[in-house]
Amino acid sequence: MSASAPIIKIDSISKSFGSFKVLDGLSMQVMPGEKLALIGPSGSGKTTILRILMTLERIDGGHIQIDGEQLYHMERNGQLLPADERHLTRMRQKIGMVFQLFNLFPHKCVMDNVTLAPMLTKGTPRAAAEKRAMELLEMVGMADKAKNMPAQLSGGQKQRVAIARALALSPKIMLFDEVTSALDPELVEEVMNVMRKLAAETDMTMLLVTHEMGFAHDFADRVLFFDRGRIVEEGKPDEIFRNPKQERTQGFLKKIIAAGHRV
Amino acid sequence: MTQWSGYFGLILQGALVTIELTLMGSVLALIMAFLAGMGRVSRFFALRWLATAYIEFFRGTSIFVQLFWAYFVLPFIGISLTPLQAGVLALGLNVGAYAAEVVRGAIQSIGREQYEACTALNLGRWQGMRHIILPQALLVMLPTFGNNAIELLKATAVVSLISLTDLTFQAQVVRAQTGNTLVPFTTILIIYFILALLISWGVRSLERRMARGLDGVRA
Repeated sequence: MSASAPIIKIDSISKSFGSFKVLDGLSMQVMPGEKLALIGPSGSGKTTILRILMTLERIDGGHIQIDGEQLYHMERNGQLLPADERHLTRMRQKIGMVFQLFNLFPHKCVMDNVTLAPMLTKGTPRAAAEKRAMELLEMVGMADKAKNMPAQLSGGQKQRVAIARALALSPKIMLFDEVTSALDPELVEEVMNVMRKLAAETDMTMLLVTHEMGFAHDFADRVLFFDRGRIVEEGKPDEIFRNPKQERTQGFLKKIIAAGHRV
Repeated sequence: MTQWSGYFGLILQGALVTIELTLMGSVLALIMAFLAGMGRVSRFFALRWLATAYIEFFRGTSIFVQLFWAYFVLPFIGISLTPLQAGVLALGLNVGAYAAEVVRGAIQSIGREQYEACTALNLGRWQGMRHIILPQALLVMLPTFGNNAIELLKATAVVSLISLTDLTFQAQVVRAQTGNTLVPFTTILIIYFILALLISWGVRSLERRMARGLDGVRA
């Protein structure tokens, strides 16, 4: 792969839930190392895109290429066939996801939450997995809670552990789905700080769905505004937030500011 | 005056048989419960069908008939079982069918977000089941498993009908020999009750131990 090829290439995908068409012929590309913020009203399809990339939802039509390979299709003798579980497992190694509600494993301590997947899916020996986990927990400021159970942590702490857990598999692409929406206001900042540091220090490709416009502005190289399953407007954070061109983007940002979110 | 001490010895021997039956039956029931319960949520149609057929059949027919089948009918197709084997088989398969639904319900009670975390961390179906879903589901199953085990204990009384010398059988022997009904049947009533209490207590302490440091698994 040359450095200039997109790491994610979405080609006219569509997705419906029942009769509700969430995504309708959406196409977009993401370059390696890019930090993307996806913003837009609820139901605009931005979370669905992340869930599709993580293979938590299937697409009804279209194609997705990750790192030069088809995500939902396999190439066999020049033909594209639907991907089987083995293919998906291989593709998922490139992608990690952090959820709105953390989704930690409540019966495992912080350390085990982080080491479980590397040990099971990559065969990493326990000692190596724990060493790496400590480095990651150090980075998210949770090293001193390694032996705690998730129930003993605050929301912000849980989310920082969840970030370390996803990073432990060293994915090329990280997906963050409204990772601060479920947090008490005073805990939002600690999670954002971790993510700012992550964005500054790594060359991982990151996609962020958020309602925190100020955070999206600081975090992203490029902002995509979604409405009704389509990209209405995209550009550099300053362009989108200071000088939006589309009426719908302007209306959305005005509403967000009126609701008390900072930009 | 009746020599009660000898008769109590007889009843205690019966208690041992009842305990043995309960333990062995519970082990078989547990195995069947996990096989059939997980079969019910399998993605393979054949496994789902097989598990459903087993559960419906053994819940839908009487344990009494199942026991007679195991002991008196199986020999006709060349399978001769001892009374103990027949008793364990009938009790284990019968209670296992009920407990299988407990396993299925508990697995399905674990939130979708836990399954999604498994996918996001690229765990295989079986890895996710074994390390994430089942350990949490087990805590949900335990109280009902306690119920099932007590049901099994009480159901062991039917084996006296195939001449297995359990509590109930011995009480009948004592009654026949002494002509006294009150004493033997009150004694075994109390023994059954104590055994059931022991099961309750054991399951509850197991639950407490497993629930330590854990939240979100049980509402």
